[in-house]
Amino acid sequence: MKKGTIHHQEAFLNHIADRLGRKRRTKGVKRPKWSTLPQWNVYQGHSPEQLVDVLKEQCQSIHTDVEETTIRNLPHVVSEVITRYQGKKIVTWDDPRFEEFGLQSYLEKNLPEQGAEVHVWDENRSREKNIQIAERAEIGITFSDITLAESGTVVLFSDKGKGRSVSLLPENYIAIIPKSTIVPRMTQAAHEIHKRVEKGDPVASCVNFISGPSNSADIEMSLVVGVHGPVKVTYVIVTDR
Amino acid sequence: MGIRIGEKEFDKRVEKGLADSFMRSAVTEAQDRLRTGRLKAAEELGDWESWRDLGEEIRHHTMENLDFYLQQLSENVAKRGGHVFFAETAEKANEYIQQVVKEKQAKKVIKSKSMVTEEIGMNEALEDNGCEVIESDLGEYILQMDDQDPPSHIVAPALHKNKAQIRDVFRDKKGYVNNDIPEEMTRFAREQLRNEFLSADIGITGCNFAVAESGSISLVTNEGNARLVSALPKTQITVMGMERIVPTWEELDVLVSLLCRSAVGQKLTSYITGLTGPKEDGDVDGPDEFHLVIVDNGRSNILGTEFQEALHCIRCAACINVCPVYSHIGGHAYGSIYPGPIGAVLTPLLDEYENNKELPYASSLCAACTEACPVKIPLHELLIKHRQKIVEEAKKTEASERFAMKAFEWVASTPSLYNMGSKAASLAMSPFTKEGNISKGPGPLKPWTEIRDLPAPGKERFRDWYNKREKGGRRK
Ligand code: SF4
Repeated sequence: MKKGTIHHQEAFLNHIADRLGRKRRTKGVKRPKWSTLPQWNVYQGHSPEQLVDVLKEQCQSIHTDVEETTIRNLPHVVSEVITRYQGKKIVTWDDPRFEEFGLQSYLEKNLPEQGAEVHVWDENRSREKNIQIAERAEIGITFSDITLAESGTVVLFSDKGKGRSVSLLPENYIAIIPKSTIVPRMTQAAHEIHKRVEKGDPVASCVNFISGPSNSADIEMSLVVGVHGPVKVTYVIVTDR
Repeated sequence: MGIRIGEKEFDKRVEKGLADSFMRSAVTEAQDRLRTGRLKAAEELGDWESWRDLGEEIRHHTMENLDFYLQQLSENVAKRGGHVFFAETAEKANEYIQQVVKEKQAKKVIKSKSMVTEEIGMNEALEDNGCEVIESDLGEYILQMDDQDPPSHIVAPALHKNKAQIRDVFRDKKGYVNNDIPEEMTRFAREQLRNEFLSADIGITGCNFAVAESGSISLVTNEGNARLVSALPKTQITVMGMERIVPTWEELDVLVSLLCRSAVGQKLTSYITGLTGPKEDGDVDGPDEFHLVIVDNGRSNILGTEFQEALHCIRCAACINVCPVYSHIGGHAYGSIYPGPIGAVLTPLLDEYENNKELPYASSLCAACTEACPVKIPLHELLIKHRQKIVEEAKKTEASERFAMKAFEWVASTPSLYNMGSKAASLAMSPFTKEGNISKGPGPLKPWTEIRDLPAPGKERFRDWYNKREKGGRRK
C-alpha cells in the first residue's frame, strides 16, 4: 500500500508542546497503569451459557430477534428467518464459515431452487456491481467475528470477501453467531484488537460493532426503528463446540 | 455555520426561548428521558464512579501528552495510506477540504453528523465552491432543509422542532404528502437519502475518538448514516477536533462505553464503526482515498490554562440534559452550536469573551452538570473561573464596568442560586467580596437586595423571574 502524506505536523505539534509548557514529546510516552479497571469486572466468570442468556435478554431492548440452534439445524432455522422476511434476493459474505457451518449447499442449491436469488460478495466483481447487488438485496447475511453479550453486539471485521455493504444496505439483516465468539463486552474485543496492533498485525480497514437495527429518535424523541441501515435484524446463535 | 448562531443579543435569544412553549416542554421532556436513560444505564454498570474516575484519568493523560498521541495517530494513518492535514484554523481546514473537493471534481458531498464541521463553517465553504453538501443525520437533515436552522442540542439537534413543523418542512421542500407520524417521515428521509448516498462523490464524517496506536477513527451512531458515508463514496474526509483522541483501543472501549451510556442511556449505540485508512487492497467497498483533517481552531489556547479540562469533553450532552437553565431557555439562547453548561464553558474559549460574556452567567451553579459529566469535568467551577476572569477584565476599563454590574445582576438574581446559599454561590460572588462579606463588595448590592425581597425566589420559575426582571426595568 502506498504511504500517505502528513502536512503541517511540526509547527502544529510544537505549538501544542509549547502550550503545555514543556518540550515536544516524540517518543517514550507510555500509558500509565490506570488506577481502576471496572470494565473487566462486567460478567466476569460468566459461563458461555450465562453469556448467551445475557445476550438474549439484551436483544429484547434492541429490537433484535434471536434464534438458538445447532449446526445440524442451522439451515432449517436460517430458512425460517428468510421466509419470515419474505426476501427473494439475498446477499452474503464470501466466507469459509458458510461451508464449515453446513450452510453452503443450502444457499447455493436449496434456496435458488425455491426461487430465491443468492449473491455472494465477490472481490473479483467491480465495486459498483457489488454495491448494486447489496442495495437491491432484501436480506444480508454475515457471520459474527466477535459477539458482545452485554450490548447485544456483533463485531464484523471487513475483508476482501467481507464487504461493509452486506450488513448495511439490505432492509433485513441476519447475523450468524457461533457461540464460541461470545465474550462479555466490548472490553474483550478492544483488547483483542489492541493485542493484534501491538504484534504489528494490521487492523481491518473497517471494524463494525453492530447492535441491532438502525434507529433514530430525532423527531420528538420518539424511537423509530429502521433509518439508514437495516430495519429488521435477527441473530442466529449456533452451538459450535 | 460557524460557532455563533442566531440573534446577536443574549437577552433577545433568551426571550425567544422563553416564549416558545412547545420548545420548552419538548426540551424538558427530552431532558427527562435522556437523564433517566443515563441514570439507569449508569446504575446497571454498578460502579459508575470507578468508570468516571477511569474516564477522567484517560482524558487527563491523553491531554497532557497530546502532541505525542497526535503524532502517533498521524504516522499510523499515513502508514495505512491515508493523508493527514493539521489545520491551525478553520480557514486552513476549509481550504484543504476545498482543495480535495476540487481535485476530485466533486459535485456532491454527503455528511454524517459532525460538530466540528459546523464549528468551522465547512458546509458554507464548500457550497461557495459550487459543491452540494447534504447532511444525512436525520436531525441535521431536517435542520438543513429548514433553511439551515441551527441545532439546539449536541446529540438531538432538532429537539426544538415538533413533528408538525417537520412535516411542513418536508412538504414545502421535498413535496412530502404524508402525515406527521415519525415513522412515516423517517421512512421518507431514508428513501430520499439512499440515492444521495449512492451518488455522492465524497463522504465527510466527524470523529468521536481517534485511536493513536492504529491510526483509526471511530464513529458512534444509531442511524447507520455514518456507515453509509464511509462505505459508499470513493473519497472520505474525516474532520476531528484535535482533542478527540485516545491512546489505544482499550481506552476507546472505556470512553465509548461512557459516551453511549451518558448520551442516550444505551450500552452501545447501534453502530460503533472503527475505520483505519482507506480500504485495503482487495477490499471492494470503502473509500479509495482517506483524508484526516485535525483541527485546532482555538483549542490550543485552552491547553496549559485553568480551563484545560474543558478539552476532556466527549460531547455526550449529559450536562445539557440536567441543566435547569437550558430547560428554560433552550439551546438557541446560548447563541452557540455548543449549548448548555459545556457550551457556556467552551464557547467563550473557542470564540471570544467579548461575544459570549453572558454565557458563564447562564447557569445557576447548581453543579448538576459536574455531577453528570462522565469524565468529571468540574463544569460549574470552570463557569465560576470564567466569571472571575470576566469581572477582572471588566474592572480594568471604565466603560465595561457596567457590564460587570449587569453580569453580576444575573448571578445575584437567579433564584436557584440565591436559594442555594451554597459554597458555589459565594464563590461566584467572590470578585465582589472581601473576607467573605458581601456588603463590602464594590457596588452591586442593589440587585442583591432587590432579589432578596422577591417572594419565595427558590420556587419561582426562571421564566417568571426573568419577566419580573424585565418589568423591574433592570435593563438600562
Ligand atoms: S462536559 Fe461532560 S457532560 Fe457535558 S457534554 Fe462534555 S463530557 Fe458530556
